[in-house]
Formats: sequence, structure tokens, C-alpha cells
Amino acid sequence: MQDTGLSILFRGINFLRLLQGLWVTLQISLISVGLSFIFGTLFGMLMTVKNRFVQAFCWLYLNFIRIMPQLVLLFLVYFGVTRQWQISLSAWSSAIIVFTLWGTAEMGDLVRGAIVSIPNHQYESAAALGMTKQQIFRFVILPQTVRRLIAPSINLITRMIKTTSLVEIIGMVEVLKTGQQIIDANRMQYPTGALWVYGAVFVLYFLVCWPISTLAGRLERKWR
Amino acid sequence: MKNVKSLFLTILALTLTAGCGASSGSTASGSGESAGKTVYRTLDEIRESGTVKIGVFSDKAPFGYVDENGNYAGYDVYFAERIGQDLGTKVEYVSLDPANRVEFAETGKVDIVLANFTVTPERAEKVDFALPYMKVQLGIVSSEKDPINDVSDLEGTGKELIIAKGTTAETYFESNHPDVTLQKYDAYADAYNALLDGRGAGLSTDNTEVLAWASVNPGFVVNVAALGDVDSIAPAVAKENETLLNWLNDEIKTLGEEQFFHADYEATLREVYGADSNADDLVVEGGVID
Repeated sequence: MQDTGLSILFRGINFLRLLQGLWVTLQISLISVGLSFIFGTLFGMLMTVKNRFVQAFCWLYLNFIRIMPQLVLLFLVYFGVTRQWQISLSAWSSAIIVFTLWGTAEMGDLVRGAIVSIPNHQYESAAALGMTKQQIFRFVILPQTVRRLIAPSINLITRMIKTTSLVEIIGMVEVLKTGQQIIDANRMQYPTGALWVYGAVFVLYFLVCWPISTLAGRLERKWR
Repeated sequence: MKNVKSLFLTILALTLTAGCGASSGSTASGSGESAGKTVYRTLDEIRESGTVKIGVFSDKAPFGYVDENGNYAGYDVYFAERIGQDLGTKVEYVSLDPANRVEFAETGKVDIVLANFTVTPERAEKVDFALPYMKVQLGIVSSEKDPINDVSDLEGTGKELIIAKGTTAETYFESNHPDVTLQKYDAYADAYNALLDGRGAGLSTDNTEVLAWASVNPGFVVNVAALGDVDSIAPAVAKENETLLNWLNDEIKTLGEEQFFHADYEATLREVYGADSNADDLVVEGGVID
């Protein structure tokens, strides 16, 4: 039988290692996504507060995080904090902190956008019906906001999952790094292995992201 | 427009603060020492914890890689295992990239960096190197059909040279041959794929590495095998971590008596470089380069 690059996926425990790497990717991204959704919602509501200082703070935070590449943030949190204050954060906590900071900023802006996109007459009509401020927010604004958030927040989740591959720069071995290790260890015997390993990594990412976007599509139809 | 301007100023200020922090890092750890606050662990602290953290490459066979059973292996790892044995501790491996080795040693995120780390004056300002255990020069691997026989083949010809970021090759070409157009990659795996795909005319890194790679990749040759100065490869630790540094130096001297690194060569490098290869071209015993 001709030995193709495909077989390197099944040598030793290579495939299991890829799955272990995927598990690391999933843990970091899902924890960060969860935290980002909580903090992002709060941050988005904070951004709609009409106070100069609050708005200046939000604007600064959002733009700082948005302009800084995630790679730089990882370096700053993992190495920079140790250099500056001799406090050593583990690679795990650094990754969660950075991706949560980033997700919170992005999610916050999505929430803000969704809230301000609700037309003024919705508030006015609800007020005319005698609803209190809390009631208006809970029963009129929130449901419409959530619906508008589905598509953009799914974009954010899948983007966060894929961006976690950067954590290899702080010594974590996730799915893409595992793939590179396998390619390198076999590059002498299987020069074409890269294609197969990257192919497998692609399929794994797909299997993770596809159900999420399917679910989003369903929710969107259901809540129409 | 005013807002944009002030934002840039803010970020510039933040970056500068971070930058200053970086350059004063060694003094900070020095002054912090009296307060009992250091970024690194001393020899006793490592022994007490029962685990030594060693940073190695995980995708650079045959020096540091992970085999198909998920175990670290290679020339550097063979030495790391011995260090763990002689310290009486377990070894915890951390996967490093060429571009983050200095930071890992500098901030004490690993106790020892053993990732084919070439000694340079710039790096020595940020980390402390122990005695060398290997030596290398640079080499260039290129396609047989369009070989690079000299660095001048790359100058002003529009041919691009592939390198991995943070390597000696990057520094060497940038300071000695600024006319050579470089194509930079984060990971070695990607750099070699770029060469295989023909995205560059050649790839330069340590001669050991390119020779090993060319020997198993038909169609590629190393026509420039000894470029630049003879560099030594040594373990690195955080600045001022003297107890660990002294222990490593003693260890390397002691291992020289039993020709440990020749045994290391036979176990990990011989099969890659072939039966005709000469261990003395690469191996350094007892920390002495002759």
C-alpha cells in the first residue's frame, strides 16, 4: 500500500493529540466567550449611559483593545505584568484575561449598537401604554436587542475560537500548534504531511464552528 | 480628528511605559531581590518544588520535537532529561517559539531555556547564558534547479530569502546584508512549507538544520554551509539567577568528563546527519570550543 501523508494522522497517538489540542482551544475560547457575553452586555449598557466621563472611559477602553493586536495583548499580560510588577500569571489565566478583555470590548459595542438601533417610537409607545422604565427595557427593548445581536455575536464567537491559536506564543499547545508539531516531527518521512494535518485541523475547526452558526440560524428563524 | 490624535498619544504613552518597563526589567528584579521578590526561582526553590521547568522547541526536530506518542524528544531534550535526573526533580516541558525564548527566560516563566539558543550579545543583555554545549554557523538551503551559491545571488536579484522570526539568521542578514529581501515566518513549519511551495528562493537558518533538512528532501541542496561567525549554543536562565547558572556550568563541565554530548549526538542526531557525519563538527564538551 502506498504510504500517503494521511497515515501520519494515525501514527501513535497523533489523532488523540489533535483532539487534546482542540480541547485546549475549546476551553479557552468557550470560557472567554461566556465571560465576554456577561461583561460585554454590561459594558454595552454602560456605553449608552449619557455621562461624559463614562463615555470617555468606554471609548478609550474600546479603542485601546480594538487597535491593539491580540498578540501584543498576550505579550503584555503574560510577560509585561511579570516584568513590571514581578507578578507571574499562568499562561491559562493570561489567555482567558486577554480574550475576555477583547470579547468584552467587541461584544459591548455590538450590544450598544443593538440598543441604540431600536427606534425611539418603541420607547415612546411603550411609555404611552403606561409601562415603567424597567418594564420597557425588559419587555420591549431587550427582546428586540437580542434578536439583532444573534448574527453579529456568532461572528464574534467563531472569530474568538479561531484567534485562540495565538496562545502558542505564550507556550500553550492548542490544536494548530499540535498540528505543527506533528508536521515537523514527520517532515522528513512525509514531506506532504502538512496538507493532511492542516486539512484535519480545518475539519476540526469546522466541526466546532458549524453547529454554532447552525444554531444561530435556527434561533433567528424562530424569533422572527 | 482631535479625538484620533489624542488616542494615538495615549497609546504611544502606554507603549512607552511598557517599553521602559521592559528595559528596566533586570534592574527591577535586582532591586526587588532585597525585598525577596524575584521573577526567577533559585536552585533550592526548584529542588524544593520537585519540578524544573525547561523551555524547549516542540517543532524543531531533531533538537526539540514531540514524537508520535506525545513525548518530547531530541538533542536538547536528551540533555534536559539528564538535568532533571541530576537535580533530582521531574521535568516540565514548555513549548517555545524562536521569537519568545528571550521573554520566557527573562521573566522566569521557565527556569531554563534549552531551545537551540544561540549566544548573542543582544540576548546576553537580557538573559544569562551558561557554558555552551553545541556550536553552529548559518547555512542556506535552496532548490537544486536554481541554487544559491553565494549571498550575492540574493542581492538585487529580486530573489527572496525565507527565515523564521527571532532567529540568528534574521539578525545576521538584517545587519550584514540589508539588500537581501527577507520573507519572515513565525513558525519553522511554515517557513519550510514556504520553501517547498517555492514562495522564496532559499531558506536560511543554522547549518545543522538546513543540512538535515536537505538530506531528506530530494531536489534541495545546501551550497552555502558556513556563513557568518561560529556561534555557540547554550542554556539560558533569568538574569542574576546565579545559583542555577553556577549549577548548570558545573553540570556541563562534569558531563564533559563522560563525553555526555557525544552520547547525546549518537542517540538523537546520528540518524539524521548520517553515518559519515562528524560529531565534533557540532558537539561541544565541557563548555570549551576549540
